Amino acid sequence: MAKAIVARNLRKVYPGTPPVEALGGIEIEIADNEFFTLLGPSGCGKTTLLRLIAGFEHPTSGTLDMFGESLLEAPPHKRQINTVFQSYALFPHMTVAENIGFGLEMQGKSKGEIAATTGEMMELVQMSHLADRQTSQISGGQQQRVALARALAPKPKILLLDEPLSALDFKLRKNMQLELKRLQLETGITFIFVTHDQEEALTMSDRIAVMSDGAIRQIGTPREIYDHPADRFVADFIGDTNFLSVSAQGASVRLASGKELAVTGAPESGQVTIAVRPEHARLTNAKDGLLSGTLENVVYLGTDTHFHVALEDGTAFVLRQQNAPDTGAGHTAGDTVGITFPAQVAQVLSD
Amino acid sequence: MAKGFDVRKQTGFTTIAMACFVMLYMPIILLVVYSFNAGSSIAIWEGFSWRWYASAWENEQVQEATVRSLIIAFWAALISTTVAVLAALATTRTRKFRGQTTVFAMINQPLMVPEIVTAVALLIFFAMIKVATGYTGLLYLIIAHSAFCIPFAYLPIRARLQGMDLSLEQAASDLYATPFQIFRRITLPQLWPGILAGAMLAFVISLDDVVITEFVKSAGQDTLPTYMLGQLRRVVTPEINAISTALLGISVTMVIAFTLLSKIKN
Amino acid sequence: MSDLSITEARRQSRNRWLLLTPALVILVFAASGPLLITLVYSFLTAGDFGGVEWEFSTDAWFSVVMERDIFDDTLGWSDAHLSIFWRSVKLSLLTTLVCLIVGFPTAYFIATRPKKQRDMWMLLIIIPFWTNLLIRTFAILELIRNEGVVNTVLMAAGVIDEPIQMLFTEFAIILGMVYVYLPLMVLPIYASMERLDFNLVEAAYDLYATRMRVLRRVILPLVKPGVIAGSILVFVPSLGAYVTPRIMGGGNQLMIGNLIELQFGQGRNWPLGAALSITLLAIVMVALMAYVRAAGDEEVRHG
Repeated sequence: MAKAIVARNLRKVYPGTPPVEALGGIEIEIADNEFFTLLGPSGCGKTTLLRLIAGFEHPTSGTLDMFGESLLEAPPHKRQINTVFQSYALFPHMTVAENIGFGLEMQGKSKGEIAATTGEMMELVQMSHLADRQTSQISGGQQQRVALARALAPKPKILLLDEPLSALDFKLRKNMQLELKRLQLETGITFIFVTHDQEEALTMSDRIAVMSDGAIRQIGTPREIYDHPADRFVADFIGDTNFLSVSAQGASVRLASGKELAVTGAPESGQVTIAVRPEHARLTNAKDGLLSGTLENVVYLGTDTHFHVALEDGTAFVLRQQNAPDTGAGHTAGDTVGITFPAQVAQVLSD
Repeated sequence: MAKGFDVRKQTGFTTIAMACFVMLYMPIILLVVYSFNAGSSIAIWEGFSWRWYASAWENEQVQEATVRSLIIAFWAALISTTVAVLAALATTRTRKFRGQTTVFAMINQPLMVPEIVTAVALLIFFAMIKVATGYTGLLYLIIAHSAFCIPFAYLPIRARLQGMDLSLEQAASDLYATPFQIFRRITLPQLWPGILAGAMLAFVISLDDVVITEFVKSAGQDTLPTYMLGQLRRVVTPEINAISTALLGISVTMVIAFTLLSKIKN
Repeated sequence: MSDLSITEARRQSRNRWLLLTPALVILVFAASGPLLITLVYSFLTAGDFGGVEWEFSTDAWFSVVMERDIFDDTLGWSDAHLSIFWRSVKLSLLTTLVCLIVGFPTAYFIATRPKKQRDMWMLLIIIPFWTNLLIRTFAILELIRNEGVVNTVLMAAGVIDEPIQMLFTEFAIILGMVYVYLPLMVLPIYASMERLDFNLVEAAYDLYATRMRVLRRVILPLVKPGVIAGSILVFVPSLGAYVTPRIMGGGNQLMIGNLIELQFGQGRNWPLGAALSITLLAIVMVALMAYVRAAGDEEVRHG
């Protein structure tokens, strides 16, 4: 089975002085029926990549195939790809139902078929009761559902979603994340989702591509990316991380405290950085810890408590502990404390 | 590699737009070019010369009409701008008041009523007064021009006033300024670009008017446009082009200055 | 409301009317007052040498569209007037149509330029608009007259042997009016077009619409208010045009404006001229009111 999307050495350079390279040689393969997320900060090129796939932009060089056929000659209205726009881009002069039926109408479907599919789509996103409303008369969440139904109605092979949840409030966003995942499973359509919200990406995706500066830094499942970040950028962008500068000794590294830690993937010598997630480390007595320092601040956050520690060499280190009904703080600010973590949670990073 | 798909493109639109700009400017450019023709044709180029400017300059009728046009435009701009400033102060930044619709309708009447209708109405009314008083001077033209210039002066001033920060005046009032001091020290300096823009617009509109002037003027009161209209019946020489070019120069300068003035931020 | 605030409100109201007085005096004297007198004149009897006799008569209104046969005194439609009305409406509609065909793509072109260039392009539209209407009509006249540039060039090229008579035809009037009123079409369409969200255009392409359908189903409906505004703004002055038909039509192809003037010149029928003026004014007001209503509806729908 051919892949849904295959990009090879895909480049996009905007002319100007100096020219701006928005995408520099992207290599990507997206499987059929996959929920694939492009994740990165604004300006990383993720939206440009999405617009290249939709056909609103044209690459400077490289190839872009959909199910084995090149997309480059096809204008947007000839691609079986639909987009959910960040601004929704609902037609203000049409009703909800007319918006959802627009794509089918443009494809020349019969009136009966348009009505049937539109009805079906409105069921799917629970908007049937508002079919005849103007799009300006419905709420943001409802507009979002209409945009989704409109893009799904022509049964595209690929659905592109450009930060579709960013305009919604927190609670609605959480619901829509689950709903999007359900829709993707139900329809079997390949979803390509663009977001700068790492939590959103982790929640919904089958696989994630982390991007920065027009390049892909890492592609993998949410778990791979969180537990085994490939480089410092990925580790920093996904979740919270403590970075420790250590000296490599082949199979182990030496910490600033002088203690040794057996890790995999460290070079034979030289300085490297290891990353330790806050929830993977524990506070202990000063003498038992791999590292020691002064507890500067204890922040109670309801579900968790954060401990901010200044290590002996001045580096900041944060630990996170889940709260249980019977746990007291145990440590107070000003205490000298030790920090410990299992060797396998420490990730050696390439810079 | 194929060229990308441009969502903003519509087939043929750029061609039509270019044709539109050519159509807008070609006649004007030709008009200007032939004003420098050494021959007396408006179509066959016989070399460069200032001849027609010189002949227009020496033409006594043109001199008189020019002076008359400028006098009328000056007074019309001054009067219409002054009353427009007062009217704008009275009608901007206030709650809806009784009679507001009527006031706006009256101010904008010259914009909505076809010029020929206004011209005829003025002809009728001023004919009555001329018979009653015997006075046939320039005042009729000045008042008629002032009236139809009011909306042109009013609109930019009003726009400027609406964009002004009310809290500045409140601050001045808080600092013991009297209403007149507030107007002179706070409102007027900020309003100035709007007033200047309105006055320039009024000046150009008055200078360009032909229909109303043609109906209101008494014998021997030709302005530059009505003089030109009269000349069109005869054999046309590039002298008309020369006069047109001069008038065009004034208008274009004023419009560009107006555009720049409107862009000055508060 | 306390007494103090009532006094304050009264003082404000008095100041407002004081400030408005100079403008209103001028406008009453030289705009609305004369219009009322014109209305009165339309109900008077024509004087023998121009002017009026102060005697009530509906003859003028009667002759706007009717006439009495000179020989047998029977009533009939006034063919001369009706054909002039018809020509005015026909030429104004054609002018509006041509302005729309040229103006719409031009406004679209400007609205799709990079933001920094748009002001420059719009200035190019605005400059002719603020330059003398007489001069612009004159510029077009020079272009198409028998000894003008177009004929001279065509004859020199050997395309034609004799100049084509373009001046003093309906074509010349339309050309002249399109030329002078075109900016009035471009300005409001551009204003709507500039607010157009091009994401909607992208969305339409994304949903399989062709260029033609994007234009018809998305762009046109969304800029409709601008198109209506532009059409009215061109139609209204075209209908009341006086200078352009006089110069380009050369007295052969009269429009309402010229017919009105005639009554104050050779016609010596001031009441008829007044009645025709009021008729023209009424038509224009109906058009403007239709526009205001259409614009209002749009606002409600999109508000």
